[in-house]
Amino acid sequence: MTGQRIPILRFGAHLLVSIQVDIDDQMAVQLQDDLSMAIVRAGARGVMIDISALDVVDSFIGRILGTIAATSRILDAETVVAGMQPSVAITLVELGLSFKGVRTALNVERGMDLLRAIEREGTTDVDDA
Amino acid sequence: MKNDGGNLLSEILRGEETDLLAEWLKHQMSAAGMAGRISEEDLREKSRTFLRGFTEATQHGNFTDIDAPEWEKVREVLAEVSKIGARQGLSPAQTATFVFSLKQPLFSRIAVKTTDAGTLAAQLWNLTTLVDQLGLRTTELHQKGREEVINRQQRDILELSTPVVKLWDGIVALPLIGALDSERTQVVMETLLEQIVANSALIAIIDITGVPTVDTLVAQHLLKAVAAARLMGAECIISGIRPQIAQTMVHLGVELHEVVTKASLADAFAVALKRTHRKVMSDRAVEAPRV
Repeated sequence: MTGQRIPILRFGAHLLVSIQVDIDDQMAVQLQDDLSMAIVRAGARGVMIDISALDVVDSFIGRILGTIAATSRILDAETVVAGMQPSVAITLVELGLSFKGVRTALNVERGMDLLRAIEREGTTDVDDA
Repeated sequence: MKNDGGNLLSEILRGEETDLLAEWLKHQMSAAGMAGRISEEDLREKSRTFLRGFTEATQHGNFTDIDAPEWEKVREVLAEVSKIGARQGLSPAQTATFVFSLKQPLFSRIAVKTTDAGTLAAQLWNLTTLVDQLGLRTTELHQKGREEVINRQQRDILELSTPVVKLWDGIVALPLIGALDSERTQVVMETLLEQIVANSALIAIIDITGVPTVDTLVAQHLLKAVAAARLMGAECIISGIRPQIAQTMVHLGVELHEVVTKASLADAFAVALKRTHRKVMSDRAVEAPRV
């Protein structure tokens, strides 16, 4: 399993990272490197991290996710974590990780809406029309 | 001496069982214990089984240790009786009457059999320790039965008391009623998150009108639920904070950081509608009041 990478896809001014496999520590660190590089290279305005397939997190993965999101944030890309499972949310809260400064969305579609809304008007409001 | 007493008691139990049963039942009926809660036949049946077990057990000459195997049958009957007592809401004393009412019929019979004061005292002592032990056991079992009932009810309350209601598309409300402890918060949090997914909710309103007190711990629990909901992409509004509770919270230094709080559910709903770009309008123009 070593050496396996999480793909980073580009759509418009945004990047999409979809974690569809059980992520191990190595992959998480690799993703952190890849993503920060990709943001700079692509000049991305927004990053969406889809973790809907992730149903177990430990403290390390939780922290890395937070770091990835915070890093993207510093590189001036709005970061949306989408599709978090209830069990994962509870675990993260119990671990005291609250992903400060990171936006969240129920699913990828909502996340897209959110990114577009941010891009369009620079506000946090979601267009739910 | 002890053996003598045992023999005499066994003799009475063997010889006058029917008579004894009848008198014991009469005592039970007048003592306002189990009688009236279960049918007379049922009580008679239980008493008969108990007496039979009692008779058998005393044949072994063991009058002190009711945990011994020969007392098995007696213990079973006691467990049944206590369970019924606990379920029917009898007091421990009323349940224990089942056993204690056996004392008098036995005492009077022993008194008839012997005239020697020493023997009488020894035998009564034997019998009374035995019956007391059985009575205490009944009370213990009764208590255990009550505890079971309480535990079951607690579980029921836990399940009943956490409904998540859908107010509008993308807006859910969680009216909390009753005290919040860690166990309950866990259930509340799980239900809330599940319902956020099920309803694709953007906004969740947690209404604490029915929560009697909010201390630091409860506030912490609430904040946890809010944080978890936020991670799932839903915003939380806390509503129904009563004036006294608001004061207490300030006194305790409880701060609900970065959480929108509203006094009433209606206010919170209005905010939720606004956040989702909706508006409530009257379909009729408001008439100006006439002077």
